[in-house]
Amino acid sequence: MSEDMAIPPEKVDALYERLDREAEASGYHLNPDREFTRELAEGLLINEGRYGYWACPCRLATGDKQRDLDIICPCDYRDADLLDWESCYCALYVSEGLLRGEREVQPIPEQRPPEGQRAQDLPARAPDRPGREHALPVWRCRVCGYLCARERPPAVCPICKARRERFEHFW
Amino acid sequence: MPTATGSVPGPHSEHHTVLYALSTCIWCRRTRQFLERQGVAFDYIYVDLLQGKEREDALAQVRRWNPSISFPTLVADDSRCVVGAKLEEIKEVLEL
Repeated sequence: MSEDMAIPPEKVDALYERLDREAEASGYHLNPDREFTRELAEGLLINEGRYGYWACPCRLATGDKQRDLDIICPCDYRDADLLDWESCYCALYVSEGLLRGEREVQPIPEQRPPEGQRAQDLPARAPDRPGREHALPVWRCRVCGYLCARERPPAVCPICKARRERFEHFW
Repeated sequence: MPTATGSVPGPHSEHHTVLYALSTCIWCRRTRQFLERQGVAFDYIYVDLLQGKEREDALAQVRRWNPSISFPTLVADDSRCVVGAKLEEIKEVLEL
């Protein structure tokens, strides 16, 4: 894996701008420390080159997408961590308080369960709803909780931009 | 790109210090920079740059101290461990 490609600064900047725009459009905030956040964006691009997806730069990916699904940015733990700790695990995303500089970004504990207990390791929840044969299935985004009733989940979550494979059959 | 493993020399070599880290992780980078600034002699292992048996062996070491296998994990004298970029705690463990 020593063949990581160097990431040109303009690619990092482009990703930074995109993440910032998407975050602000849906009520999230990037870490206001621009250098810090750019380094994380660079980590995402390195991991994209290595694995083909945005594995969290601060967690060890296996390279098997199915096993890494919960740590593809934005990870399954981001929203809970924002509420409990004011930033996500790597601190790419922060709370409003941290955005305003009221407190400093600190390292936070890892909430990811051990392998075997992660969402992708558990059997899909059996939807159980009376009369469901007449209703559309409801899909839930595991990253942000967005729900939608339609035949299939959207390609990209309209709220948090997580991809289709992060949706679970909720109802 | 950093090399997967290596040693950084420094005047503070009282404790045998090993930093298990990820090359893409910003908190690992901060921890490493802190150790360098403090003049700590340490070995580093970027687990994400290892493959096969080397990686398994490194993970087995991390797991002994930190079953959740998160990074950075700093091990001092094969007897004390600091999980995460807790610089104050590292200072205390390494008596800086």
